[in-house]
Amino acid sequence: MTIEFTRRVAVTLRLNGRDLTTVVSPRTTLLDWLREDIGLTGAKKGCNEGACGTCTVLVDGRRMNGCLTLVVQCEGRSVTTVEGLAGAGGELHPVQQAFAEFDAFQCGYCTPGQLLSAVACIAEGHAADDASVREWMSGNICRCSAYPQITAAVLAAAREEPGR
Amino acid sequence: MRDFSYARADTAESAVGTLADPGTSVIAGGTELLNWFRLGIAAADRVVDIGGLDELRGIASDGAGLRIGALATLNEIGEHPLVTQAAGALASACLQAASAQIRNRATIGGNVLQRTRCPYFRAEEPLPWPCHKRDPGSGCTSLAGRHERQAIFGWTQDCVAVQPSDPAVALAMLDAQADVLGPAGPRTIPMREFHLTQREAAEAGQPMRETRLEPGELITGYRLPAGSGTDGQAYVKVRERASYEYAIVSAAAAVRLDTLLPGAVLPGAPGAGGAGRIAAARVALGSVAQRPWRLDAAEAELPGTPLTREALTPVIERAMADAAPLPQNGFKVTMARNAAVRALLTAGGAS
Repeated sequence: MTIEFTRRVAVTLRLNGRDLTTVVSPRTTLLDWLREDIGLTGAKKGCNEGACGTCTVLVDGRRMNGCLTLVVQCEGRSVTTVEGLAGAGGELHPVQQAFAEFDAFQCGYCTPGQLLSAVACIAEGHAADDASVREWMSGNICRCSAYPQITAAVLAAAREEPGR
Repeated sequence: MRDFSYARADTAESAVGTLADPGTSVIAGGTELLNWFRLGIAAADRVVDIGGLDELRGIASDGAGLRIGALATLNEIGEHPLVTQAAGALASACLQAASAQIRNRATIGGNVLQRTRCPYFRAEEPLPWPCHKRDPGSGCTSLAGRHERQAIFGWTQDCVAVQPSDPAVALAMLDAQADVLGPAGPRTIPMREFHLTQREAAEAGQPMRETRLEPGELITGYRLPAGSGTDGQAYVKVRERASYEYAIVSAAAAVRLDTLLPGAVLPGAPGAGGAGRIAAARVALGSVAQRPWRLDAAEAELPGTPLTREALTPVIERAMADAAPLPQNGFKVTMARNAAVRALLTAGGAS
């Protein structure tokens, strides 16, 4: 069978619970697509090379860097951004609630990535104690250095909603 | 990032077929390739996506050992019970690499093909300085400039970079074989020979070459021989941050203790002081050369050696006698020696 290379690719995926089909140029990253084509600007562009984690989103429930993921690699997958965390009535996700309660941010630029990384970290069962949270959240840089508060928020949310 | 055309491969064989055109790149996780495209380290007219190929997935074991598909992610490998039981050094190396979110994308097939983290190399084009890897024959700015993190073995005047992969060090230590598919069919490459130092490449008349993978070949998986599970294993990574940082040096080790010797004491027992003796050991250094650096001379000398820092240190020192540090990285010789000793002690259960 011959493989056909194309410059426009139709991708069907689920975004924050909504099924959609999009046509993209293959080089389009998930991050750029979310921000510029879809208008979801929660995922931030910090380093655009996988170093800072502020573009972290969930793909099939697993956290990934949006800047290191092409939209064409998301065919058939389910993508969750920070806009998809809160409930239908706007009630905060338990991790969002914990971040607010523990003051786990200052400028807020890294927070969308921190939140999604924390949701995954808890689901993975990597939020058992301070050391495991710090290790498994190390891919999310906070230049305001709110790490103690972030760690406390993740641990508190994990106690409420233990991992698998 | 320059635009390219894209296709999803339906089989590994068809993916390899597309590589006959040298303007074609393979994408699996993409965590390295996309940054190459952004920096101008690589450019492709066509990208073939192997991410959907189930034949390249999976971690399984049989009588012959462990088989890990090329698309297994670093997190999958690091937390898989078969790997933690039989290849603990590899599991540990995978989990000490990158970040949790990168490890969910990065595959073990692509990981060993990552390129050096030398900052002179990893700059956006057009480069404001000479770099042999980016512009062959232009020279090495690092050698004349900053090079404290560069090679202590196998470098040349043209390039002093190191291979940064953590898993590659464990794979080389464990005598893993890479299964490779090319236009002529499948073959295997021993992971301890997979990467080339600059000197080896120059001596082979192919100074730009970094691995034994031929153009048009694809890594489909790895096989780890059975039996390594009876050994204690460790991967020690020394870095400037506790997490999410490349190694300054690293060491992977597997140790089998000789428990039959008269007077042998179980390590960890009161008063043992790590007094077990080594029956067999394997040890490799990372981030000291453009390849994982197996310490063959030490492995030959270690049987019969007590599992103590005092006994191990001179053995490792002798095995590293041919180290050729650069003016700014003499500390890496000491640091690598200590990492090797610590990996052996940990693998043997003494620390």
